[in-house]
Amino acid sequence: MSPEPFETVVTRYGPTVLRVCRAVVGPVAAEDAWSETFLAALRAYPDLRPGSDVCAWLVTIAHRKAIDQLRAQARRPTPTEVLSEPASHDRLPGGWEADLWEALSELPLRQRECIAYHYLAGLPYADVAAVLGGTAAAARRAAADGIAALRRSYLADASAPQLEGRTL
Amino acid sequence: MTSPTPTDDALLAPLTEVGRADLARLRDRLAAQADVQDVLDVAFRTIDSPVGPLLLAATPAGLVRVAYAREDHERVLADLAARISPRVLRAPARLDAAARELDEYFAGRRQAFDLPLDLRLTRGFRREVITHLPDIGYGSTASYTSLAAAAGNPRAVRAAGTACATNPLPVVVPCHRVVRSDGGLGQYIGGTEVKHALLVLEGALL
Repeated sequence: MSPEPFETVVTRYGPTVLRVCRAVVGPVAAEDAWSETFLAALRAYPDLRPGSDVCAWLVTIAHRKAIDQLRAQARRPTPTEVLSEPASHDRLPGGWEADLWEALSELPLRQRECIAYHYLAGLPYADVAAVLGGTAAAARRAAADGIAALRRSYLADASAPQLEGRTL
Repeated sequence: MTSPTPTDDALLAPLTEVGRADLARLRDRLAAQADVQDVLDVAFRTIDSPVGPLLLAATPAGLVRVAYAREDHERVLADLAARISPRVLRAPARLDAAARELDEYFAGRRQAFDLPLDLRLTRGFRREVITHLPDIGYGSTASYTSLAAAAGNPRAVRAAGTACATNPLPVVVPCHRVVRSDGGLGQYIGGTEVKHALLVLEGALL
């Protein structure tokens, strides 16, 4: 069975990789992370072993490219709040809830990654652990902690926007 | 909180929205970058034509495939992935010249194509035949017998027919100008009615 045209891979997984990149690095850097991910994947695609899990393979690449983006952001001369640059909101897709976005951006990186790879890309925790290092149990715990924090901050904000003392 | 607690997936649902326009823009950018970085082995696009949608595919060497809808474009792309490279992307820019020349041809303003061709999908005697097809001028026809002779093997009439039937570049390489010695149109990869339409367009038939 020869590999499918790469175009089919982009059609099938392009949206998932974009969700993952947005969750990990924010909507603006996500576009560069997405492009870098698919360029690297296209380059390596002829050598991908037949029968490989293409989604897990792409998430592994996206993970590395997201780290690159975060490092590049960290190196920039005027450090700003990395994941919530005001200008970025113009480019948020319609329907994206800014509050949820804010809440997500406040989570530690590892929790964002675990939420992105498990909930948005649909990888089992064993695969998430393979991407991130560490154990499946640790990945599950980080995702659960992240979800719990989102529930506290985002849902609390939604019902009582002025609520003080948000849990971080 | 007074509202009911949403499930994890419901909580995250807004994060899963990805706009069509965003993806289209990213895919265009990917195709352009892939071309520049030399990792786009097969670029393709489709164009509308009076004989239905045509798939055009090109390697860096030139136009490698033209396919009618009846050939099933998905299958053709899968075949290109298997035979050339799986690095296949929709990338219209590489096919701008081919699309323009085909538009001109179908509008009756072009009689010959001036495009780099990549004939790697055809080999041996078939390739000889394909190479000789452009010698049959616009608006004229030739028989399978004379084509076989021109390709260097007058007795290989049936093989000449097979070469035409498997021409990877129909329209651009004019296998539609080859007809039977008894006056019949003969088979065509795009269907006999399309062969007829092309010969009418060229003024070879009424």
